[in-house]
Amino acid sequence: MSINDFLAILPVLVVLVTGVLVMVADVFLPEGRKGIAALLSGLGLAAGLGAALAAVPSTGTAFAGMVVADGFSLFLDALFAAVGLVGIGLAYDYFKRMRLQRGEYYTLLLFSIGGMMLMGHANDLVMFFLALELLSIPLYILSGFFRARLASQEAALKYFLLGAFSSGFVLYGIAMVFGGTASINLEGIVAAVRDGSANLTFLLVGAALLVVGFAFKVSAVPFHAWTPDVYEGAPSPLTGFMSSATKAAGFAALIRLLLVVFPALGENLAPVVSGLAALTMIAGNLIALVQTNIKRLLAYSSIAHAGYLLIGLVAVNSSAAGDAVAAMLFYLVGYAIANLGAWSVVVAAEQAEGRGLELEDYSGLGRKYPWLGVAMLVFMLSFIGVPLTLGFWGKLYLFRVALESGLFGLAVIGIAASLVSAYYYLRVVVYMFFRDGEGVARRDVWLNLIAIGSAAAVVLMALVPGDLLQVAAQAVLRVP
Amino acid sequence: MSIGVMLVYGLLGLIVVITALGMLTSRNAVYSALFLVLNFATVAVLYMTLGAPFIALAQVSVYAGAIMVLFLFVIMLLGAEHITQRSTGRGHRVLSVLVAVALLAEAVIYILFRGAGVEMAALPSLPPDFASPAAIGQLLFSQFLLPFEITAVILLSAVIGAIYLTRRERQAAARTAAAEQPAEKPVEEPAEKTPIY
Repeated sequence: MSINDFLAILPVLVVLVTGVLVMVADVFLPEGRKGIAALLSGLGLAAGLGAALAAVPSTGTAFAGMVVADGFSLFLDALFAAVGLVGIGLAYDYFKRMRLQRGEYYTLLLFSIGGMMLMGHANDLVMFFLALELLSIPLYILSGFFRARLASQEAALKYFLLGAFSSGFVLYGIAMVFGGTASINLEGIVAAVRDGSANLTFLLVGAALLVVGFAFKVSAVPFHAWTPDVYEGAPSPLTGFMSSATKAAGFAALIRLLLVVFPALGENLAPVVSGLAALTMIAGNLIALVQTNIKRLLAYSSIAHAGYLLIGLVAVNSSAAGDAVAAMLFYLVGYAIANLGAWSVVVAAEQAEGRGLELEDYSGLGRKYPWLGVAMLVFMLSFIGVPLTLGFWGKLYLFRVALESGLFGLAVIGIAASLVSAYYYLRVVVYMFFRDGEGVARRDVWLNLIAIGSAAAVVLMALVPGDLLQVAAQAVLRVP
Repeated sequence: MSIGVMLVYGLLGLIVVITALGMLTSRNAVYSALFLVLNFATVAVLYMTLGAPFIALAQVSVYAGAIMVLFLFVIMLLGAEHITQRSTGRGHRVLSVLVAVALLAEAVIYILFRGAGVEMAALPSLPPDFASPAAIGQLLFSQFLLPFEITAVILLSAVIGAIYLTRRERQAAARTAAAEQPAEKPVEEPAEKTPIY
């Protein structure tokens, strides 16, 4: 191992080492001073973000072919570090208010972020599996962080059981791919497919199982059943972080697998992924229509957005592959910003013991706290995809890719689903501004900063969408 | 096959079958678990004779060691040593007989027709140190160094989670927190909870 191996995954290492440091430091922190753990974690994530931005994409592999450091993985490193920073901002005041300040939260959060970053770097099926476990296991624990709340326990158990089940699918898929190609390294698999020594039937079964396993993680219908319950029961700051970051990590794995490893299976897998995309868009948006709890509403909204993203995944094996990846990354960033902002409003409005989460509780909130109200309006418009927001450009690019690669049906379903979604997103705004109520929200400097900052980002970044797409288009994957 | 090899395999096979039957038929759950330990250990010896010492040791330490200790813990903590008379339903018994018959049929069909079907390609002979503990160790610290290290982090987070989720709340901590902001009601009840296993 040379120093270059470590430099290739420097952002991951910085984040994981910070996680261990926070764990050790937490022992010496007195009760009530756990803010220092949050500060340390924030510094570590900022360092990881800096390392990701400063790194130069390399064309080689590191650690004996286990990981790569291409533009794609560095882009995702920066995204995960930034989402993690916001996640800490969401959590700090919330747990102080809920009397549950614990250093473990930050350690586990950092481990999970390290796993997500590793998912983007993985170049070996073993690494895909380990990254999946490293990002999931801390999230299972954090979902049950409110040990005394039944809903939190239920969320942790449900997430754990279904997550372990989906890991089983991934593992079985890896075994099948190994059976078909005698290799688990992406290079070896690609080489075996090229020289014709691979057994394509086994490879196809393996690829299908891998897609199922990761579809659980991005909560695509029909593998979405855990999402609303887990999102509802888990602590709100965690849900905000999880819905933004885990989705990106799952799609990172799917993009690399479908684009690099299984291009030969494109025409076999495309109908399956198309079906998933259509089902996810339709079911996610329709079920969201009847939700009255804001956390469940945002959970179904996150399912629906996974559906739009899956359209890009179908196009990954067409001639417009580069555009598809760029559009998906753009969409993931836009969704992450708007989503974190929306969750900051949810965190601010949540009261002790999980009250203040029904739409009724949002009555009048927008008039009492105009900044939060306007910010929420911006996020909801971005979710719908109204022009002048980042969400509009994200959907535009995705649907354009769909049309370029001949996926007219999916594009039409996507547009129709977006129109339907306007109803439930705008309902939140109607409650906030046009109903009278006793809604109260927490005035916390970090939460306000996140809400207003995200809203500003959603609007301002929408002014220069082309430049942002350019950045995403440079995040190319290494193809062996 | 020499008579000595036959004898060793026959003896080991006999022990495996007898311990498996013993596990199934014991009325006491602790005896069942101990029979299973013996069964696992004998299978480990079989692995050893087949030239796979690493798998044999993993079998002993993971199955016969860790997992069975966990089994015994649970049995003894729940006080479930004695199985009641009608603990298994009729459907359960029918199903297990069906599965057993299917497995037996599979074995018989294989033995009867193994020469008749497609000839399996001969596997290349393995190098003598294949899957030896030394070779696995070398791979683990060279090609698979990163996965090895990441596994360590995964285990660490699992340990943190286990400790966090099972430890008792410290009353003093809850009281200091309550003293700081007495206006709101604490979410987590500071009362000591009996651990649930």
